Amino acid sequence: MKVSLKWLRDYVPVTEAASEIAHKLTMAGLEVEGMQVIGGDWKNIFVGEILAINPHPNADRLRLATVNLGSKQVTVVCGAPNLTIGDKIAFAEVGAELIDGHTGQKAQLKPAKIRGVVSEGMICSEKELGISGTHEGILVLPQSVQLGMLLADYMGDTILDIAVTSNRPDCMSVIGVAREVAAQTDKQVSVRAPAYAEEGPAIHSLAAIEIKAPDLCPRYCASLITGVKIGPSPSWLQQRLLASGMRPINNVVDVTNYVMLEYGQPLHAFDFKKVQDHRIEVRRAQEGEPFKTLDDIDRKLTKDMLVIADGKRAVAVAGIMGGQSTEVTDATAEILIESATFNAAVIHRGSLALNLRTEASLRFEKGLSRELPLIALKRATQLMVELTGCRVAKGIIDVYPGKEDSKQILFSAWEVKRLLGVDLSVDEIIRTLEKLSFECESTGIAEEILVTVPWWRTDVTNKADLTEEVARIIGYESIPTTMLSSSLPEPQTLPMRSFRQKTQDIMVHCGFQEIITYSLTSMEMLQKLSPKNEYIGPQPVRTAHPMSRELEYLRTSLRPGILATLVRNQRYKEATINLFEIGKIFLYKEKDLPEEREMLCAVLSSAQPKLFWRGNADPVDFYVAKGVVETLLSQLGIEAAFNPGDDASLLSGRNAVIVVDGDPVGVLGEVHPRVARAFDINDTAYLIEIDLEKLFSYRNDVKSYTPISRYPSTIRDIALLVDVAVSYEQIRKVIAASPLVNQVILFDLYSGEQVPQGKKSLAIRIIYQSAEHTLTDAEVDEVHKEILDILNHEFGVTLRS
Amino acid sequence: MLDKVEWLASQAFADLNKIANLKDLEDWRVRYLGRKSDFSQILRSLSALSPDERRVVGARANDLKVKLEETLTQKKSSLEDVVLSSSAEALDVTLPGRPVKAGRLHPVTQILNEVCDIFIGMGFQVAEGPQVEWEYYNFEALNMPADHAARDSFATLWMDYESEPGHRPMLLRTHTSPVQVRVMERTRPPIRIIVPGRVYRYEATDATHEWMFNQIEGLAIDTNITLADLKGTLYEFARSIFGKDRKVRFRCDYFPFVEPGVDMAIDCFMCAGAGCRLCGYTGWIEIMGAGMVHPDVLRRVGIDPDVYSGFAFGMGVERIPILRYGIDDIRLFFGNDLKFLQQF
Ligand SMILES: [Zn+2]
Repeated sequence: MKVSLKWLRDYVPVTEAASEIAHKLTMAGLEVEGMQVIGGDWKNIFVGEILAINPHPNADRLRLATVNLGSKQVTVVCGAPNLTIGDKIAFAEVGAELIDGHTGQKAQLKPAKIRGVVSEGMICSEKELGISGTHEGILVLPQSVQLGMLLADYMGDTILDIAVTSNRPDCMSVIGVAREVAAQTDKQVSVRAPAYAEEGPAIHSLAAIEIKAPDLCPRYCASLITGVKIGPSPSWLQQRLLASGMRPINNVVDVTNYVMLEYGQPLHAFDFKKVQDHRIEVRRAQEGEPFKTLDDIDRKLTKDMLVIADGKRAVAVAGIMGGQSTEVTDATAEILIESATFNAAVIHRGSLALNLRTEASLRFEKGLSRELPLIALKRATQLMVELTGCRVAKGIIDVYPGKEDSKQILFSAWEVKRLLGVDLSVDEIIRTLEKLSFECESTGIAEEILVTVPWWRTDVTNKADLTEEVARIIGYESIPTTMLSSSLPEPQTLPMRSFRQKTQDIMVHCGFQEIITYSLTSMEMLQKLSPKNEYIGPQPVRTAHPMSRELEYLRTSLRPGILATLVRNQRYKEATINLFEIGKIFLYKEKDLPEEREMLCAVLSSAQPKLFWRGNADPVDFYVAKGVVETLLSQLGIEAAFNPGDDASLLSGRNAVIVVDGDPVGVLGEVHPRVARAFDINDTAYLIEIDLEKLFSYRNDVKSYTPISRYPSTIRDIALLVDVAVSYEQIRKVIAASPLVNQVILFDLYSGEQVPQGKKSLAIRIIYQSAEHTLTDAEVDEVHKEILDILNHEFGVTLRS
Repeated sequence: MLDKVEWLASQAFADLNKIANLKDLEDWRVRYLGRKSDFSQILRSLSALSPDERRVVGARANDLKVKLEETLTQKKSSLEDVVLSSSAEALDVTLPGRPVKAGRLHPVTQILNEVCDIFIGMGFQVAEGPQVEWEYYNFEALNMPADHAARDSFATLWMDYESEPGHRPMLLRTHTSPVQVRVMERTRPPIRIIVPGRVYRYEATDATHEWMFNQIEGLAIDTNITLADLKGTLYEFARSIFGKDRKVRFRCDYFPFVEPGVDMAIDCFMCAGAGCRLCGYTGWIEIMGAGMVHPDVLRRVGIDPDVYSGFAFGMGVERIPILRYGIDDIRLFFGNDLKFLQQF
């Protein structure tokens, strides 16, 4: 809402600087987002009058104008087409700061000789003065302006650009803002009651109004004017519209707009001769009802919308926009002025559905006061009389099915203390609220106050609202700053959060960079996860109106995001790229919110071994990835087994399922080359994916202590010949099962020359140790032999000599 | 006997002087102080002497042995110094060390942790809730019924699910505030929670807009919680996260689910309040919206607003690193360029 400070002064005697007003309004909830000073640097610009116009001796398109400045006369060269003798104009003397009409830059006016004639200044256009972009002709001022006065004294103004919050439609008006300014600066608002003469037959005999949807239209007022002469508005009105960001059109439309800006009540003018049967109905639209709005667009209405209709058809979408059939034209002479209240939700829904946000709908949708239409209608009628020379039919039609009593709220000083933490006396609170025209009455009971809400404050309905009013006036800065002293809630932890944080930390310590990717993805990306490029995941949840095809589905997997991120970073040729993300995936559920599962996904890729002067780093392979999983699980206190897996995104044979307690909790393996290609991944990549919520359920927060053995350990290294089909885990289990075995370490795996076909050689270090005594060689020998016997018996394992 | 002791000692000292390496020194030790050395034999044979002689010779021999051992220790340490300080083993300390692959948390995670820790320190507990929500929790329960004008400020991503023809009640939450309602429904005061999490808006992205971002929401409910407590809590937070010298401004603002409503801003650290591009020439940077929980919100979850009161606040998380590090494009956060992520 753009508000002219000059206009504000019509209602409240503002003496404070504009910046101070802006600050006060901002602090009180009406944020001033910008301030535009008009004429702040018009130091040498005066009101002049064109006395004479003569041709330029050396140029056809230029003329010499003699300008009377009251105290003196000057001659200037001027090229404007609209020079007229007798017009009042803005004259800039040499030295004035003007905007160059061509470059748009501010420049100082220099003495000039134009085509041989000295020009003693300049007659200004609106653009040169910086009030609009118009540069076609000079600015013509009204005749009433005093000759020789500083233009700044006449036209100078400050425009406050106020972001009005949606609870304060009353402040989408100059008078509304004036009330706030008055309250903030301890002044009174004065608004003159409109008055005009009525004549001729009564409006009731000329027009009929019926509200068929009283639930959506609590009040409808109308006046009727005849003998209207359509023409331009006077310049003061045009100027105020322009200052408020509205374009002047003609006197009738301008008056409706002016009163809307002044009071906040949207009005509509119907060409009464075109209103069929001279009858107005307010009713719900029919489903599919066609209607051509003022902007020349054919629209289809729905039964959720409200229309104004005459005896035959709809003539306006109520509260949003009028129609062409009853539009005011230059030939219009009789006008029915509408001033009504409509249901806020209906207007909001309708304007969204029609994609038609108008100045009217933006006000109605926030809920206007039902007391406003009559006041605004009278003001508009008065201005119509003054500006269009019309006559007013006797009376006003006021259909008011939704009349309400004024709101009363039982308030108390105790409530202020309770919500604000400020001690104010009943008197202080009453004085504060009265600044905003709340009527207050001490009930005599304790600290109680009976408050009557002024009719324009549709937003104030309860004690909390009144408390905010008190806070706004005393100022939020005057409220003390204290620390919470109330009791603490029951201790409660979010174990999943700690578990997630621990997981994040471990991954970071394992050298992984955390990433965060979008929760929405495309079917195309999800399909790429299968080597056959077909979607194989669980049913995804779709957005109703996707922002784009790339963001259509809630992700059912973290894989696409992390693989795409890997590709995006490949160009850096980082030796290894290790990424992980912890985030939610979304799984469809019948008639319910999707299941949100927290997943961990990590990827390792090695473009080339990192260059290092003492030998390059080891390349990434399956076992590097597995080491990460093992580290993660062991740090989390979880024991897992790794079984051969069949995840479709991973290459068969390099693909493991991570199993905890018989439950598969994740996978790990080499990204299938076809999947990698689909994502444009150039190098071998390894993927880890773990269901964090499953893992969480197996977490082991209880740590146990095993005493450290004080006795020395004995080391035995052996090389075993094992069938290729036998897994290392099978061998390890046998060895580890022996109570004296403290640790089993595989330190070499070999097959090839010197190893028979179908066999592999495992070099294993077994560390024997007892918690109770020093082991003798004989003891170790016995156990060692026992282990080898079992291995031989169960798997045909032999010692490699 | 005494003469022999004196002679041995002088012999030993003389030999020691000539020794120039650790190997010779060890030979010397064995020869003069070892178990089979003359010295040891003399000390062992003292018992054969008369008591008087034993006392004199024994004392002198022991004395000399201690001196020899002391001199040996000194000689050994000085010979070792020579060896250790010889330059044969010197490394080129300017050669690069072996790179250790280090990971990092995403900057948004880092900030979330930091902010949570600040509030945990003030007695708040972390709560979480679903990202896909019912319209009821996202809007209605927060005083924004269908067709309420305030919904316009939340461009909503609706899910493709119709509970009845034409009615889509499922959405991606536009703020973390629905979690407030869920917590209040299942917990009785006192309540003190913070809610970190992702939120979504139907929005075209550019340098200052992103359709997905993170918020942190706070809620405290009890008897006698005041706007003054809200100011104190947020003031402490602002100073913890933006520095002890920050000025904080509280002004009236409107959010449908709080009353009175509050906007909190900090003074601009680029221009110190003078006005610049960062602060939109106001000198202040708005950080979060807050206020006292609206009585209707409390009533809806069965908390009596005449007995209990409380405050709520909410802020965008990415805004903090954007301001702190001068990040000029919000899209960098989820673009996941390592060159960006590895700066934090
Ligand atoms: Zn600044």
